Amino acid sequence: MNKGKVLAAMSGGVDSSVTAQLLAEQGYECIGCTMRLYDSADALCSDKTCCSLDDVEDARSVARRLQIPYHVFNFTDAFREQIIGKFARCYAAGVTPNPCIDCNRYMKFAKLLERARVLGCQYMATGHYARIEQTDQGYVLKKGLDASKDQSYVLYMLTQEQLAHTLLPLGGLTKQKVREIAEKHGFINARKRDSQDICFVPDGDYAKVVEHHLGRSFSPGNFVDTRGRVLGQHRGIIHYTIGQRRGLGLCLPQTHYVCAVRASANEVVLGPAEELFSKDTKIEECHWISGKTPPEPVRCKVKVRYRAREQWATVVPVSDNTATVCFDEPQRAITPGQAAVFYDGDTVLGGGVIVA
Amino acid sequence: MQVYADNAATTKMSRAAIEAMLPYLDEIYGNPSSLHTPGQRAKNALEEARERIASCLGCEPREITFTAGGSEADNQALISAAHLGARHSKKHIISTAFEHHAVLHTLKKLEKVGFEVTYLDVHSDGIVRAAEVEAALRPDTCLVSVMYANNEIGTIQPIEAIGQICRQHGVLFHSDAVQAAGHLVLDVKADNIDLLALSAHKFHGPKGVGALYAKRGLALSSIIEGGAQERGKRAGTENIPAIMGMAAALEEACANIQTHSSQTAAQRDKLIAGLQKIPHCALNGDPHKRLPGNVSFCFEGIEGESLLLLLDDQGVYASSGSACTSGSLDPSHVLLAIGRPHEVAHGSLRLTIDAATTDAEVDYMIKTVTEVVERLRSMSPVWRDLQNGKRQYVL
Repeated sequence: MNKGKVLAAMSGGVDSSVTAQLLAEQGYECIGCTMRLYDSADALCSDKTCCSLDDVEDARSVARRLQIPYHVFNFTDAFREQIIGKFARCYAAGVTPNPCIDCNRYMKFAKLLERARVLGCQYMATGHYARIEQTDQGYVLKKGLDASKDQSYVLYMLTQEQLAHTLLPLGGLTKQKVREIAEKHGFINARKRDSQDICFVPDGDYAKVVEHHLGRSFSPGNFVDTRGRVLGQHRGIIHYTIGQRRGLGLCLPQTHYVCAVRASANEVVLGPAEELFSKDTKIEECHWISGKTPPEPVRCKVKVRYRAREQWATVVPVSDNTATVCFDEPQRAITPGQAAVFYDGDTVLGGGVIVA
Repeated sequence: MQVYADNAATTKMSRAAIEAMLPYLDEIYGNPSSLHTPGQRAKNALEEARERIASCLGCEPREITFTAGGSEADNQALISAAHLGARHSKKHIISTAFEHHAVLHTLKKLEKVGFEVTYLDVHSDGIVRAAEVEAALRPDTCLVSVMYANNEIGTIQPIEAIGQICRQHGVLFHSDAVQAAGHLVLDVKADNIDLLALSAHKFHGPKGVGALYAKRGLALSSIIEGGAQERGKRAGTENIPAIMGMAAALEEACANIQTHSSQTAAQRDKLIAGLQKIPHCALNGDPHKRLPGNVSFCFEGIEGESLLLLLDDQGVYASSGSACTSGSLDPSHVLLAIGRPHEVAHGSLRLTIDAATTDAEVDYMIKTVTEVVERLRSMSPVWRDLQNGKRQYVL
């Protein structure tokens, strides 16, 4: 039974390998592919430590085992400009970006989806832990069934058109089950560890990547408290993000946290824990999964960071792409540049980028 | 229909080359370094192959060193010339921006150990100017390295003129002739070439074997240490079957060079004329001073990778640049070197034909490429922006 042609995005990891396996089992005509997104120069790692070519080989090996066609797509130029570039510019402006969301938006669900069309595929598939369901009101995006792996947060920007052409075969599985499937089929990556960091910052030193990409270094400046008093010297604003406590290099009588990063003044504002809490935030680049901005304020739960727990709030749409989020309880470290994603139970309503 | 149009990546082995190899895979398996009769039979064959290859290049047999391919030959040529230069404190090298990576990466390595390299402009027609080579010469220049013909865009360089300049100034001249050998008449003496690299599988010989011509008296540095094979300049038991195949293939290619090149060049020109009818495209490199089998185009508003996928689907086996770079990441350094902007360099197509290409295949390629480009443009957001004026055409 042929259910249609699907392009499976394979990173070389366990999840996307099992994705391709399941699609083939389910009767789809499956084509595998890997996006090459950066080279060792972009990621500032020596050829020996950079793993991305190994990942391509892992993906190719799985595709060969499944006897499906396999392609490697070179998106390095676009990735450098649109993802690493934006990442660097955000840090330089004192905000903390989420490049994985941008990669989904500009690479996977744009350039790769275009390749799927070129290859005559009706669908593109990824290994995200989230579910897409078709209803009378159109497509809905839901959390993955394995709550500990849910990745719906990074997919809030999907349009109805993209949802209609996307398959997420892992949405109903647990990570445990996925590893079992991989073991059963002898995929060489069955026990590969989960990727944690930002892929193009393999050693976690994102400031180095920012400086390399922008071709300049960031000068030291002042740590100040909320009343503007100088508390010490910082190493350059790109080294700090809101809520940060470690690595400030200060000896103060009370524990201090980064409360704000003021790029124009080259200042990092520190304060005690209570200064980090706020009830309201503004959202830009707002997107609603239904494709329609609600006419009324919406009661829902809102998640302000990938690892945060969602909290009750009222989302007030201001225009088609801006909104205000008012939380019932004050929230800790709401960080500009991160996404705020709106949930109704398991269903993603939409989201946007936090601006203040 | 299935059309193999990637002969610059590699070629089908000729019958003559296969036949020449078979006895050496079977009965004549001796090691040429052995004293006994089977060894000496192999040694005789090896030296006979060396003579035959030398006569194809217009040099003496002892000036030929067998290697495991074109890349190794290029590496050894550059490293040898650099060592010789360093002995006289000459540490400046002149090359071009669009050499093969076997040359460019070796030059980068030499730069790290204190050599200075001038990379000459190859202009929009993909041809380096002999006068600019002369202008770049310095008292400490030890080597000029200019490829005979480019592997991506096929442009043929003014080798004879550059050779003359090098001779006048007493500077060594290396040419990477991997794309030229067997396709153009080579004469290392007339061209004043001191070092020249070639690779068998580019002229219907086997893979994994090549040769380095080094002018008599030029001391090569060995880059693979071990036994005393190849006059101590290249260790490792000689790959006799491959060397025999290479000799047979090169002799056959050289014997047919005139007829093959005029037939192939006519087909090439037909292919170019046919593809030029596609709007917003451009031929890469000079239309005349190019290899008889090379057609290279940029098409605006599409991506080379998508183009290759759909052509493959239609049975046209082509490449977007050199085969060596399709696993790498940057747009072709060759296309950037002739001034194509990034976005256009991504939409490139290389079709490389040979004597086996038929007129019907040429027609099929023109029809298929035209259709596929049109189809991809109909799906391309970039093309949409170009069409409604949101973005300016470059081509």
